[in-house]
Amino acid sequence: MPDYTVTHLNQIESEAIFVLRETAAQFERPVLLFSGGKDSIVMTHLARKAFWPARIPFPLLHIDTGHNFRETIEYRDALVKELGANLIVGSVQKAIDEGRVVEEKGLNASRNALQIQTLLDALEEGQYDAALGGGRRDEEKARAKERFFSHRDEFGQWDPKNQRPELWNIFNGRMSPGEHFRVFPLSNWTEMDVWQYLKREGVDLPSLYFAHEREIVVRNGAILAVSEFVQPREGEALEKRQIRFRTMGDATITGAVESDASNMDMIIEEVAAARETERGNRADDKRSESAMEDRKKQGYF
Amino acid sequence: MSEESSGAVGGYLDMDLLRFTTAGSVDDGKSTLIGRLLYDSKAIFEDQLEAIEKTSEQRGDENVNLALLTDGLRAEREQGITIDVAYRYFATPRRKFIIADTPGHIQYTRNMVTGASTANLAIVLVDARKGVIEQTSRHSFIANLLRIQHVVIAVNKMDLVDWGEDRFNEINEEFRKFASRLGNIVDVTFIPISALKGDNVVEKSENMPWYQGPSLLYHLETVYIGSDGNHVSARFPVQWVIRPHSDQYHDFRGYAGRIAGGVFKPGDDVIVQPSGFEAKVKAIHTMDGELEEAFAPLSIAMTLDREIDISRGDMIVKGNNPSEVGQDIEAMICWFSDKPLNGRGKFALRHTTKETKAIVKEVKYKVDINTLHKIEDDRELRLNDIGRISLRTASPLSYDSYKTNRNSGSFILVDLFTNETVGAAMIV
Ligand SMILES: Nc1nc2c(ncn2[C@@H]2O[C@H](COP(=O)(O)OP(=O)(O)OP(=O)(O)O)[C@@H](O)[C@H]2O)c(=O)[nH]1
Ligand SMILES: [Mg+2]
Repeated sequence: MPDYTVTHLNQIESEAIFVLRETAAQFERPVLLFSGGKDSIVMTHLARKAFWPARIPFPLLHIDTGHNFRETIEYRDALVKELGANLIVGSVQKAIDEGRVVEEKGLNASRNALQIQTLLDALEEGQYDAALGGGRRDEEKARAKERFFSHRDEFGQWDPKNQRPELWNIFNGRMSPGEHFRVFPLSNWTEMDVWQYLKREGVDLPSLYFAHEREIVVRNGAILAVSEFVQPREGEALEKRQIRFRTMGDATITGAVESDASNMDMIIEEVAAARETERGNRADDKRSESAMEDRKKQGYF
Repeated sequence: MSEESSGAVGGYLDMDLLRFTTAGSVDDGKSTLIGRLLYDSKAIFEDQLEAIEKTSEQRGDENVNLALLTDGLRAEREQGITIDVAYRYFATPRRKFIIADTPGHIQYTRNMVTGASTANLAIVLVDARKGVIEQTSRHSFIANLLRIQHVVIAVNKMDLVDWGEDRFNEINEEFRKFASRLGNIVDVTFIPISALKGDNVVEKSENMPWYQGPSLLYHLETVYIGSDGNHVSARFPVQWVIRPHSDQYHDFRGYAGRIAGGVFKPGDDVIVQPSGFEAKVKAIHTMDGELEEAFAPLSIAMTLDREIDISRGDMIVKGNNPSEVGQDIEAMICWFSDKPLNGRGKFALRHTTKETKAIVKEVKYKVDINTLHKIEDDRELRLNDIGRISLRTASPLSYDSYKTNRNSGSFILVDLFTNETVGAAMIV
């Protein structure tokens, strides 16, 4: 008898493509949230596969905190050009300038919370009814609870205690005016799956993911890259270390790890040996035990 | 890179996938078991462990509360119960696992059904002190209805019954008696465990030398699931039509979708349902190149040898083995809404990639979960009830019985006003 086994990586690839196509079909105006991180890079790669040989039938939306690594923006612009995609930028800086949000004060201020409002504004402005995100359930315990098609009320809020049942592979994207959906095609992927897949598919990544020497400061236990947004404070020593990033986010809060992993195989070995989750270095998750759930309820990615 | 680790990477690409779900009554230890499985198989990161150690200590728990690894919502932690499914992942060199840890509380049955609907295997937990109780029966019945073909009965909290072999055997008997009236389960395995202490979860227990079988993890790693899929009746629900409008692919018209059963090859004679038009498969496309054959559950795009009007919701099937086409459907349904279904009702129906309206014409009977008897004198389906209905759809469906195909044999009903998913149905 012929062997019809499908490897797990091909199964989750097919599942993600299925979800991307469902999103294109069920919604009028979907948009793909693009952060420049590896998950959104996998997402664009999958979107390309899902609709090939046609172009991706929805725009990319980048919520820009204004605190970007230069490498992220360069990568983003090159990718958008190659895809022939339409890029929309929702700017936190602009939201601050226009007084729609107020910058946090204090030493540990971050623009994380401000991203939520900027995102909701951008969705409303573009009248987007579905936002595709690269969130994975293995990232965090509140995410572990989320559906592929995650319903948001007219305030953009998630109601974790009252999610729609999601049966088999039948996704219910029906909604009332003003509501929208967040859709997570990578729900069932792990960090290891993402790396293995990027390697298998030969996808290029921003250089920040690979080990390089950089000036850093250690702040609240996290290694932060020195940049125009992060400068040593009193008592903090400027150091040079060999580092890389496991996730890509706002430059003021995304911690790096010390590493010699300078290619895909080395990163995969490092991920396999890691004893901490990739978000373990993110100051935004450390604020309280249910920090992620609270932010998600309000409309975070 | 060393040879050893390059071997491991090759292995990773070859691994297969087992999706399993937990089931059983409140507090039988489902979440604790999953926590234990993750912990003992070293799938827990240090920061996750530190976080739950801290919380357990704050709450004054005697042991580290492993259920906190999956009970991720604030309300769940406050109440010490699971409310919604948590999905967790781990891999051993043999397999990757997707776990759905589901709630035991009857109020959240719909979330249990959500977790179970995509599973190949269910672990039904039974508290060794309590034995088979109503929720055990309900969940076993649902697992059976969803045609989860592999079931593990994990008799838990063996530490509280002195690791007794007699008690274990008693519960096996109880369950077998109940299960003999369920039809579909292919394979049942009984394992005595203590999720709290770790006995027979990853390592074999020293407290129960009388038990000769495998540990739970060993069973999960080795259970054979290769023959579960349907590779006979070829089904391809069209999800999206790809029209590139580019010079290079000017005339390309690809039907995109995920194969829902069987095998397709270029040259195959196919029928497009419900229209009944016939054609041949011209090619099977992916961005990585054309395929010689494609089978479930792969996502592909298909071109046909002639121009036919095909759109989302149509189903391409092989000519030698077509599906049923019709508007009058009989199904078993799990009801998820506070608003009862009595007599007639109009809904949106979603079946594969098709949406149409449907009128429920009759509730034929309900099922008594404990006795598995039909209830015919009360035909109102209330929250968490299971029963048989007949309905008529506004446009024809191309369908199979759930027994022959999980994809083309299932549908959901959606409330036209609230847009809530109110029922999960399996075509008889
Ligand atoms: N003594 C003993 N206690 C256990 C064992 N397994 C679980 N428990 C305890 O039983 C209680 C309930 O465990 P949970 O894992 O939350 O139960 P559950 O089945 O997930 O409950 P729901 O998800 O709410 O349906 C907790 O206090 C556990 O510590 C066991 O093997 N032995
Ligand atoms: Mg639980």
